[in-house]
Amino acid sequence: MKNRSSTFYLLLIPVLLWLVVLIVTPHLDMMFRSFRLETDEGNMIFSMNNYLTFFKDKIYWLTFVKTALYSIFVTFLAFVVTFPVAFYLTKVIGKKYSGFMTLLLLIPIWIGELVTVYGWMILLRDNGVINNFLMKIGVINSPIEMLFTNFSMTIGLLYMSMLFMIVPMMSALDSLDDSLIEAASDLGASKWTIFRQIIIPYTTPGIVSGGIIVFMLVIGDYVAPNILGGKSSLWFTEQIYNKFLSSFNWNEGAAFGFLLLLLSSTIVWIALKLTGQKLERVGS
Amino acid sequence: MSYVLEIKNVTKKFGDFKAVDSVSFNVEDGGFFSILGGSGCGKTTLLRMISGFEEVTKGELLIRGESMEGIPPEKRPVNIVFQSLALFPMMNVEKNVAFGLQRQRLPKNEVNTRVAEMLERVDLTGFEKQKVTELSGGQRQRVAIARSLVLQPSILLLDEPLGALDRKLREHMKVELKVLQKEIGTTFIYITHDQSEALVMSDRVAVMNEGRFEQIDTPKNLYRNPETSFVAGFVGESNEFDVADYVDGVLTTKHGCKLNKPGLDFQPRKLFMRPEAFILNPTEDLDDIELINMRVKNILFDGSNTKISATIKQSQDEVLISLPQNAQFEDLQEGDDIQAGIHRDDLKCYRN
Repeated sequence: MKNRSSTFYLLLIPVLLWLVVLIVTPHLDMMFRSFRLETDEGNMIFSMNNYLTFFKDKIYWLTFVKTALYSIFVTFLAFVVTFPVAFYLTKVIGKKYSGFMTLLLLIPIWIGELVTVYGWMILLRDNGVINNFLMKIGVINSPIEMLFTNFSMTIGLLYMSMLFMIVPMMSALDSLDDSLIEAASDLGASKWTIFRQIIIPYTTPGIVSGGIIVFMLVIGDYVAPNILGGKSSLWFTEQIYNKFLSSFNWNEGAAFGFLLLLLSSTIVWIALKLTGQKLERVGS
Repeated sequence: MSYVLEIKNVTKKFGDFKAVDSVSFNVEDGGFFSILGGSGCGKTTLLRMISGFEEVTKGELLIRGESMEGIPPEKRPVNIVFQSLALFPMMNVEKNVAFGLQRQRLPKNEVNTRVAEMLERVDLTGFEKQKVTELSGGQRQRVAIARSLVLQPSILLLDEPLGALDRKLREHMKVELKVLQKEIGTTFIYITHDQSEALVMSDRVAVMNEGRFEQIDTPKNLYRNPETSFVAGFVGESNEFDVADYVDGVLTTKHGCKLNKPGLDFQPRKLFMRPEAFILNPTEDLDDIELINMRVKNILFDGSNTKISATIKQSQDEVLISLPQNAQFEDLQEGDDIQAGIHRDDLKCYRN
């Protein structure tokens, strides 16, 4: 008995270290900072001022709302794009090929976000691959401006995040017994009904858990909005970045960081409520 | 007599492999028809062709006289109870049963009454709101059957639905299914590898082997008069012997046991004897009895199903013999000498 409990404590140490050193302490520190204000005399006082800044200035508000809406939109897009792929890989082709093809899908993750983002720049810029091709086949006469727009930003965000959707969705689809689909069809259900009434409800936990990962990655991403979105991108992480590294106002930056955390947590919470999922179930 | 299902020379090929090889049979309306065979014999493929999940390579498949060619599963008047049952885990009992009716866009109150009626019939009233994952094995079984039967199909196909149940429940469900089928009158086509399930429940049984039907018959005939050596070996227990010679009405087994079996018009290769066909220490006055001297090798006690294995003295062949249930041979010991008799009609001989 004594042995077992010492093992228990031994194994608890890395967990506690992780939680305390890497999660709790930095957050507490940030929280304290977010309520601090440096007076003209250089003293630190407790204040709500950092948060008030956010509410006073319209640009912060707009960026905040835009970030939230676009993140939801990209998450939805990620679902639309990856679901057919996940379905094909798990239900249509055999296990033999699906493993290899999944591996191929994951290659962009190995390369890293920055490199893939530059790759998209080559494709999307005015004299880039896509514009060149379209002009050559005569669809357009002058290049379409794609880079440094919300469009290019969306593509970048989608590309770097959608792979995190496909893995939980594939495991959910994998556990879906084919005979459920056949049974529904046998009972007279059309393909659309099977999709809506059987496949979607069954895979909801996978979709939600993938959705949460994608949403979190997107709402907290900096590289894609900054490089592909250009000056007009207005992503909230950029505001935080500016606070910390351009205006060196760490206290306001911390407050903004907390607002982003609050925003993303609220949206995830609402999503869980709407889909009737429990965090424990989705998280596993 | 009208046939609800007519299968005419149906063949199914997967590549070069013939899963089902020109099978023909008819099923009468309102019957309990079983297809019995080992794994890989093609019975599931046959079932999937009837339900429409597999296409027929060659031949014709008619339900109530209508060709089913090109008709998808959702449009066929047949429903399946799957081996895994395939209940929808995200729906409760009521919604599972209502699923098919809702697909037909019936008015809501009609759906509700028919679901309630069906649940009452399978004795599940009061379980409407239960999750199917919370039900016992037998209850889940009944939900699966109710979900199909509520659509009033011409044929209900059952794909080894009792396979996953434990033995006691399986025995119980056998009786329950048979009673349910008689009550409702829907034609059941039941696929199984378990001969006891097929024999107990069915009006007619088809024994399938390597994509072909060996025999279609009543359970009793199948057991008493197997037409092929496969059926003799597959249905019920049997002692199987290779026949080396047949001269002047005398069979000689491979190891040299001689038995009188007059009147065969072919050269037999196989001999089958049921364990219960033997009479131990028979009285002198029985006619047409072949007497065999043996030594008891082993007593296999199994309650009412107790057997002995014995060695034929003449040939050292081993046979299984059922003991009568009246405890007459309770005192039998290993090594005892006994005489066993078998009626000549119970020596079942086959060409191959």
